This record gives sequence, structure tokens and C-alpha cells, in this order.
Amino acid sequence: MHEMGIANSVLEAVRTEMGLHPGTYPCKVGVRIGELAAIDQDALRFCFEAIIHETDLKSLQLGIELCPRRHRCQLCGCEFIVRDYDSSCPQCASLKTTCISGDELELAYLEVEEYGSSTFGAKSSQRERPHRG
Amino acid sequence: MDRVPLERKVLSENDRIAAELRARFQEHGVLCLNIISSPGSGKTSLLERTLEALPPHDRVAVLTGDIQTENDANRLKRFHFPVKQITTGGTCHLDARMIERHLADWRLEDLDLLLIENVGNLVCPSSYDLGEAAKIVVLSVTEGEDKPLKYPSIFFKSDLLVLSKIDLLPYVPFDIEAAAENARKVHPEMEIVKVSCLNRHGLHEWMMWLAERRRAHKPLVQQTAS
Repeated sequence: MHEMGIANSVLEAVRTEMGLHPGTYPCKVGVRIGELAAIDQDALRFCFEAIIHETDLKSLQLGIELCPRRHRCQLCGCEFIVRDYDSSCPQCASLKTTCISGDELELAYLEVEEYGSSTFGAKSSQRERPHRG
Repeated sequence: MDRVPLERKVLSENDRIAAELRARFQEHGVLCLNIISSPGSGKTSLLERTLEALPPHDRVAVLTGDIQTENDANRLKRFHFPVKQITTGGTCHLDARMIERHLADWRLEDLDLLLIENVGNLVCPSSYDLGEAAKIVVLSVTEGEDKPLKYPSIFFKSDLLVLSKIDLLPYVPFDIEAAAENARKVHPEMEIVKVSCLNRHGLHEWMMWLAERRRAHKPLVQQTAS
């Protein structure tokens, strides 16, 4: 359970980046998480919401893009998504394939809005909420 | 609305410190290994058997991580190599800054091998680069052969799987071949050794792997330096 540390790192990065964009406020931060990154997205959302609660960033949305494990065949160059741990090439059946993505834990983008913009109220009400059963 | 591309790692600060550590290890010819497993899989026992088998003047040191207590460091200090306990106080993994801080008063030029025993946890340590040359994952035969499929990240990122406590195989329903197969499903190039720290079976293979890694690391360092 290190998602709290990850959420803190995301928020720190947002604050650092905002120093470069005076006169704006952040609406949404996007992260990419690979299936091999050992991050639970619900836990990350929960931690993120907990640390922005009652702060100046309480309306900040978190966008999560999940990235599958992708391999490239060393023989024919085919790139494919690995499903059920089968990393053999779907084109030539070679077992010599190399992992090219799937362990991402990356900051992708930050969406910022100028203060006084008409969409201010609308954006802050569109917070994504994780569904919890 | 403006979208600003960030395109950097979430843990870029940890990765920055880890890269500095890796450069320092490289400069001084230190092979650093990061040993990871669930709590109780036998990391400390493996280190005990390892330190016991090394010559007394070998240039080896150990950092051992736990949430609380100095117990592991006390167990490992008996072998008269430098050992330091890192107590995280609650954090479920070691990070690069903890390694940097605990190395501050050791001279890397006096070392050839640094063994890091991570906090017992099969999930979180896999996200934190410590500047190591390789990660090693330990899985004991009481844990279930499907662990590589349930916790793929650490098996994907480790060079070596140590299957431990094999002396218990007659008493537990653990299919050791299925465990190896599952590990290789996640990581086809995974090297595997099977050990018992109790009756010492397989320890020779582990020590051979370690010696080979140390041997391979040396020319690499000399090439980089020249």
C-alpha cells in the first residue's frame, strides 16, 4: 500500500508545475499506470482525494490511463499486447519477444485554466468519483 | 483550457537519487543487489548463510530494512561484516533516499558488494529503484506456486528467483515446477535457484550465481573507468 506516497508525489509535481503557469489554476492531472507497475487505481484515487480534501486543490481531477503490457517480436518486429502472460509473437509464434511497455508510472499532462474563465464553476463540479461497492 | 504535457516519471525524485547511487556504485565497483520478498520468506536466513560462507575479509556490507526493530541487523552482525538496520517507522518499502542516508558514513571504496534486504512486501518495493544492479525475489514453498501470477511486477523486474525453504517440500502441497513455470510466464529470462537455509541444499548454486554476478560486474566497471 504505497499509493499514498504516489499520490503525494503526483500532487508535488502539480504544485511544482503550477509555478510555471501564473494566473491559472489546475483542473486535471493525468497519469499513466502500467499493469506491471503494482499500483491499484482505486487505492490511488482514494489517497489522492484524501490529500486534496479541504486544500486549495480540492477540485483537481485525477485522470488515470491504464497501459497494458506490450511486447515486440525480436524476429518479425510485430508489436502486440500480452494477454494471460502469453508473450509469444501472435504473427510468427517466436518466443523471443521483448517487453516495450507496461510498467509505466508516469505523469502525462496537466490541464490548467485561467482564473476568471467562464468554465471555472462547471469544471469543479465534474469531479470524477471512484465507484465503490 | 490548456493541456501541458508533463512526460516524466511520478517517482522522478526517487529515480534521480537512485541514478546518483548507481553512478557511485559503478564508480567504486560495488555490486548492489536488492532482495525482496513477502515477510517471513527467508531473506535474513539467506543473508546469514551467505555471510557465513564468504571469506572474513571480503568487502561486503548489508543494509536491512524493517518497519520496526533492530532484530535483523543483530542477527547479521554476528558475521563481522558492516551491517546497518534501516527502520522505516511504518513505510512498507525502502526508497533511494533511505539508502543514500544510511550509506553516508560508509566508504564505498572499501566495498565490492552491497546487499540490501528490503522490507518484507511483495508489492510496494517493486516501484522504488534503489540504484541496484539487480533485484532478487525470494519465494518460499509455503506461499503458493501462483504468487508470480498474483504479484507479477516484482517477478517481472527481478533477475533471479530464489525458491526458499525447499526442505519443507515433503510437507506442503507446493508444486515447485509450476512455481518456476509461472515465474517464467511473467519473466521468460528469469534465473531460478532452489535453496534450503536449514539443510543447506542449493546454497552452492546461489553462491555460484552471486560469484558469477560479482565476476561479471568487475570487468564492466573497469571498462567504464578506462
